Amino acid sequence: MAILVNQDTRLIVQGITGREGSFHTKQMIEYGTNLVGGVTPGKGGEWVHGKPVFDTVKKAVDATGANTSIIYVAAPYAPDAIYEAVDAGIKLIVCITEGIPIIEMMKVSEYLSSHDSRLIGPNCPGLLAPGIAKIGIMPGYIGTPGNVGVVSKSGTLTYEVVYALTQAGMGQTTCVGIGGDPIIGTNFVEILQMFEEDPETEKVVLIGEIGGRAEVDAAEFIKANMTKPVAAFIAGKSAPPGTRMGHAGAIIEGGEGTATEKIEALLEAGVRVADNPEQIPALLK
Amino acid sequence: MNLHEYQSKFRFAEFGIPILKGKTAGTPQEAYEAARELGCPVVVKAQVLVGGRGKAGGVKVAKTPEQAEEYANAILGMNIKGLTVRKVLIDPAANIAQEIYLGITNDRAAGRPVIMASSEGGVEIEQVARENPDAIAREHIDPFLGLLDYQARNLASGINLPHEHWRAFSRIATNLYRCYLSSDSVLAEINPLVITKENQLIALDGKMIIDDSALFRQPHLAEMRDTDAEPKEETQARAAGISYVKLNGQIGCMVNGAGLAMTTMDMTKLYGGDEIGPANFLDIGGGAQASKVAAALRIILADTNVKSVLFNIFGGITRCDEVARGILEALNEVPSSLPMVIRLVGTNSEEGRAIIDNANIPNLSSAATLTEAAKKAVEAARKALAAEKGAQ
Repeated sequence: MAILVNQDTRLIVQGITGREGSFHTKQMIEYGTNLVGGVTPGKGGEWVHGKPVFDTVKKAVDATGANTSIIYVAAPYAPDAIYEAVDAGIKLIVCITEGIPIIEMMKVSEYLSSHDSRLIGPNCPGLLAPGIAKIGIMPGYIGTPGNVGVVSKSGTLTYEVVYALTQAGMGQTTCVGIGGDPIIGTNFVEILQMFEEDPETEKVVLIGEIGGRAEVDAAEFIKANMTKPVAAFIAGKSAPPGTRMGHAGAIIEGGEGTATEKIEALLEAGVRVADNPEQIPALLK
Repeated sequence: MNLHEYQSKFRFAEFGIPILKGKTAGTPQEAYEAARELGCPVVVKAQVLVGGRGKAGGVKVAKTPEQAEEYANAILGMNIKGLTVRKVLIDPAANIAQEIYLGITNDRAAGRPVIMASSEGGVEIEQVARENPDAIAREHIDPFLGLLDYQARNLASGINLPHEHWRAFSRIATNLYRCYLSSDSVLAEINPLVITKENQLIALDGKMIIDDSALFRQPHLAEMRDTDAEPKEETQARAAGISYVKLNGQIGCMVNGAGLAMTTMDMTKLYGGDEIGPANFLDIGGGAQASKVAAALRIILADTNVKSVLFNIFGGITRCDEVARGILEALNEVPSSLPMVIRLVGTNSEEGRAIIDNANIPNLSSAATLTEAAKKAVEAARKALAAEKGAQ
C-alpha cells in the first residue's frame, strides 16, 4: 500500500488543456493512473487524451466522483485553482506550479487549516507510487515497487535518489515531493508520520535542503516517534548565506537554516546522513 | 529582491509611516546641495545592499554642507563587503531618546506573517533573538484579518513602551503591515524606530525585501532593482530566464533542477577541499535544449575564475541522448577550450554518454557517476590553477 494514493484514487487535472497539463496528462494515463477528467474554464465539453474536460471543478467532481486533483495552472491563477478544489470537496490537491507569491500561499495555508483537504506543494514534482499511480511530473520509469518511502523538497535530486534506489534493487512504496517554497501545504513531519504508519514502508529516505527549519522539526519527530530507519541527504552545504538558491525557500536567513544545523539535528536523531546522494542506497542496507 | 534604505523608507512614507525627509545624492556636489537645503546637521549614509556599513565608515554626521560634501566624496565609491557605494542618503539628524525595533516577515513554520517588536533597536533582530529573546514581542497575523489593534497593543506592552507612545506606535505597526502586504514583501523592517527627544516616533532606518515570485504584479517595485549591486552574470541570467548565482570557486556548474544544482556545488566542494569549489549555482530548468544550454554556457564562461565546467543533467522526460545532442550543439555555438565533464543520468544515459564520447572533442569527457564527475572537474581545475602558478 502506498501513502496518499490507492486503488480508490480518482484524479482530475486542473489546467488539462494547457501545454504542461496536456503533456503530463498523457504521461499519467500511460503510467496507469486512474485519471478521470480535467478542468479548464471555458473549455468544458472538449476531450483531452480521451478524458472529458469540465468548466468547473464542481462539475468534474459531480460527473466523475474525483477525489484528487493535480494543478498545472500558471502562478497568478494557481491559488484560485486550489480554493476551487478545496470548495469542491477534493481531499488531496497536488500543486506543481512554481512562483506563487508567498502572501497568496499564506492565505491558502490559512484557508486549508479550517478545511478537510490536504495540499502537496506547490513548486513540487508531485507523487509517484510505483505500480499504482503517478500524480505530477516525476518520470515514471525511475521507480519500482518496494518498501522504501521517499520524501523530498526537490525535483531532479529526488529522481536521482529514486533512480539510484531502483538500480540498487530497492523499490519504493511512495515518493513524495513536498516542494521547495517557503510555505507549503504538507511538511516533512506529516509525510514521515504517514510512512511510519504505513505497514508496507520499512525504510525512509528524506531529502532536504537549506532554508527554514522543516528538517530540524523532522529530526525531532524522528527521534521521538519513528521506529523505521531513516537515511537523509541535505543539499546546500556550500551555499552562501542570504542568497536564494533557485527554490524560493532555499535561503539561509539570519544565520538560520544552514545545512550543517540540519545535518547535526538529523544525526542527533539517529538518522544516517549521506555526504553524497549516491551513498543513500548503501546507507539503507 | 532587496530594496535600498532610501527606497524602503520612501515606500514607508507612502503608507503614512513618519520618516525624516531626506534626499539621495550620487555626487559630492549633490550631497552639498541636499545638506544646504535640508539644514545641518545631516547624516550622510551609504546606500548599499549589505549590513555593517556603519562599522565600515559608511555613515557620518556632517555639521556643514561642506562637510557633507567631503563625507560624500569619501563614501561614494567606497567598497563595503565587495559592493561599491554609488548613492548616499542625506537625512536630517534626529535627537534620539530611545531606539526600538519593528519588523514583519513570514513565519514559514506557522504559514503566517509575524510582526516583531524589540526594545533593543539598532541591533540585528537575529542577534537579539539569540542573546536576549525576552526582549522580543511577537504576534502572528491572520492574513484574512490583518493586524488587529489589540495585537499592536500587545507588542507595545510586550516591549514596555511608555503609554504616551502607544497610539503612534500602533498606527506605525498597522501602516507597516499595509506596506508589507501591498508590496508583497518577505521582510519590512524599521530598525531603529526611534523616539526623539521631541517625543516623535520616526523610522530612522528601513529595509525591505520583495518576494521575487510576486514581481510580476509589482512592476513599480521590480523597476527599483539595483543591477549595479549584483554581478553582471546574474543580470544576464535573469534576462535569459536562467536561475544563476555567482560564487567564488573555479568550477562552472550547469545543472537541471535547484536541488541537484546545490548538490553538484556541494560535491565540487567535498572533493575540492579549501582550494577548489563551485563558481556558480545554475539551474537551466527542464528540457536542456541547445539554445538554453548555449545561453547558460555563455554566462558561466563570462566568469574568468572558471577553470573547468561540470554538466550534471538528469534526463527525466527529456531523454539523455537528446540532452547530449543539445550540449554538443551549444558547444559548437559557444566554443571554449576549458576542460568540461558531462554526467548524464536517467533515460538513455548510455546512449547519451556514447554521443559525448564519440564526438571526440579533446577537452570534453563524460562521467558515469556524480562522484566521478565532481572528481574529474576538481582535478581539471586544480591542474589549471597549478599551470597558472607555474607560469607566474
